[in-house]
Amino acid sequence: MKLFLSKRFLPLIIFVVMLGFLAVGLGLNPREVPSPLINKPAPSFTLPTLGSPDKTFSPQDLRGKVWLLNVWASWCVACRIEHPVLVELAKTGVVPIYGLNYKDKRDDAIRWLGNFGDPYQQSLSDTEGLVGIDFGVYGVPETFVIDKAGVIRLKHIGPVTPEALQNTILPLIRKLGA
Amino acid sequence: MLNHLLSVWLVALSVAAAIPARAMEAPPLAADPVLEARVMVIAEELRCLVCQNETIAASQADLAVDLRKQIRVKLAQGQSQQQILDFMVDRYGDFVLYRPPLKTSTVLLWVGPFALLLVAVVVMTLNIRRRRRAGQPPGLSADELRRAQQLLGEPLDPKHSVESTPTS
Repeated sequence: MKLFLSKRFLPLIIFVVMLGFLAVGLGLNPREVPSPLINKPAPSFTLPTLGSPDKTFSPQDLRGKVWLLNVWASWCVACRIEHPVLVELAKTGVVPIYGLNYKDKRDDAIRWLGNFGDPYQQSLSDTEGLVGIDFGVYGVPETFVIDKAGVIRLKHIGPVTPEALQNTILPLIRKLGA
Repeated sequence: MLNHLLSVWLVALSVAAAIPARAMEAPPLAADPVLEARVMVIAEELRCLVCQNETIAASQADLAVDLRKQIRVKLAQGQSQQQILDFMVDRYGDFVLYRPPLKTSTVLLWVGPFALLLVAVVVMTLNIRRRRRAGQPPGLSADELRRAQQLLGEPLDPKHSVESTPTS
């Protein structure tokens, strides 16, 4: 014990501690800012649906269901990466997926869904991005898991990977009792 | 002389041509300079989450433009700076503030540098004291003094001996 506390080893100990801090720091993703909205009720909104703009949708319509809100846009390159994952998920029917079409042009959005497939029950046109601001969206794509009481339980920032789906999102949905 | 006048005239012309071009690039600023100044004061306090090291005032990211617009709308509605900052924190968390509040989760951030400074000062003081003590020239033992006298063949000043240096 005395040996380790001796001055000879002090620099080594400091070095190891620093190494530990740096190793943890390297593993963190600075783009993932924890959202203050977790475990808070999802912001309410009313938006026209992408398919028929004269119809509106609001999250209250989904009370009693567990659902995903996926923020996407046709101009969003990373959305193409996650899109096949969502299309596959939609086929299983485990959970309804709603799209928030963020700051997009309607024609572009419809064409994009035509090209890559449409996993969404409905997509909602947030042309001005104001609903996006209420949800604290800062990097599309983002995905929210909303429970039966309308509370946000998870925010996934960036493309939904098959790993994130299997390890985080699906277990949570099962737990929430979809 | 005529040449000189001509060049001054050309410079003036090009400057005059450049001013409206700039004004067209940034139309939202022109509307109400007083309001815009207040928007910028608040935007300086907020971090752009897309570019993280820029304020919302400085960033040209789409989101920053939208949030400046929100600040403008809310100021026009008569909301206070604190209300607007709260609005942003509710959505984006404390991270959006360039001056994070002092809370239990941010104590380390606020106090950490001063604690490190304190530790450094203590370590330095101890080091300096120890060196000052160690820095005093060691005296000769009685044996060494005798040997030195033998070698030199002359009596040495006794102040070089251990007995006269109380610190060692």
